[in-house]
Amino acid sequence: MIVGNRKSLEEILGMIAPYKKVLLLGCNECVTVCAAGGEREVSILASELKLWYAREGREIEIREHTLERQCDHEYIDQIRPFVDGYEVVVSLACGAGVQYVAEKFRTKSVLPAINTTFLGVTLEQGVWSERCQGCGTCILDQTGGVCPIARCAKSLLNGPCGGSSNGKCEVDKEIECGWQLIVDRLKELGQLERYEEIIPVKDWSSSRHGGPRRRVREDLKL
Amino acid sequence: MRLNYPTNVKIVKVPCTGRVDTILILRAFESGVDGVYLAGCLEGECHFLKGNLRAKKRVQYAKALLDEVGLGGSRVEMVNMSSAQGQRFAEVAREITEKIRALGPSPIKNRLKVGG
Repeated sequence: MIVGNRKSLEEILGMIAPYKKVLLLGCNECVTVCAAGGEREVSILASELKLWYAREGREIEIREHTLERQCDHEYIDQIRPFVDGYEVVVSLACGAGVQYVAEKFRTKSVLPAINTTFLGVTLEQGVWSERCQGCGTCILDQTGGVCPIARCAKSLLNGPCGGSSNGKCEVDKEIECGWQLIVDRLKELGQLERYEEIIPVKDWSSSRHGGPRRRVREDLKL
Repeated sequence: MRLNYPTNVKIVKVPCTGRVDTILILRAFESGVDGVYLAGCLEGECHFLKGNLRAKKRVQYAKALLDEVGLGGSRVEMVNMSSAQGQRFAEVAREITEKIRALGPSPIKNRLKVGG
């Protein structure tokens, strides 16, 4: 899932300072699962804003609404009947959702309440961890199912580097060395000989280096 | 036992403090209360195993949110007592009332526009 982290109240207050009618827009997908921008987080942000404005003796009108997704236009269209009643939309979706809502309502400011952080997994309730950087050319078949791009701080294709110590990365002792994980996994699979294979230079054009990406399935187009 | 406790303490009954979501605490403040405390069972004695421990964490989170909005996290507390500790219940009600009274009324009292 896409994992995000809500911005501080102070930052959000700064963004919405010029406005008095605010639509808080949550998303029922990834940011709900990572407890950053779902219906529950929308209600908490709304409550925080109401309390802050009340303390300041200022007025604010807030509407809470959560869409099934903010990355599909049929869901975004659901706010069309009432979005004009608000001066600004504060989206608690990932960066994709924020931008798509903004694209659909060209004259409406759409502001982000979330810092979109990574593609990851839920390690345990309340703990998420990065697993993928969306590089566009997956090599998990060669690395025991552990991604060196996302899980090695240097994204080394042939690691580990000298900064690996006792299975941890020199960047932070809390971070596991991605290449140690790869070696351990290859051992478990009985495929340690694969570690001897040199992974060639990666074609990064499928990643961000090739500019914004797009995927088309002609058979699905209407 | 005929114990007395301050009349300003209003009780909201829940089956377990684990039922108390952070938003419920915030909504209480939205309605203008000066303070909130959750009276859960003694730690390790939750009928639902972890309800009171979850409530404790949510109170910590609510404290951070209240600090962020400028009401002050010390207006919300978690306390623990068994259902057999009536004396303790009354004591806690008095202690928290005194503490909140010392903090003064909620800065948003009478300023909240209902609805919105």
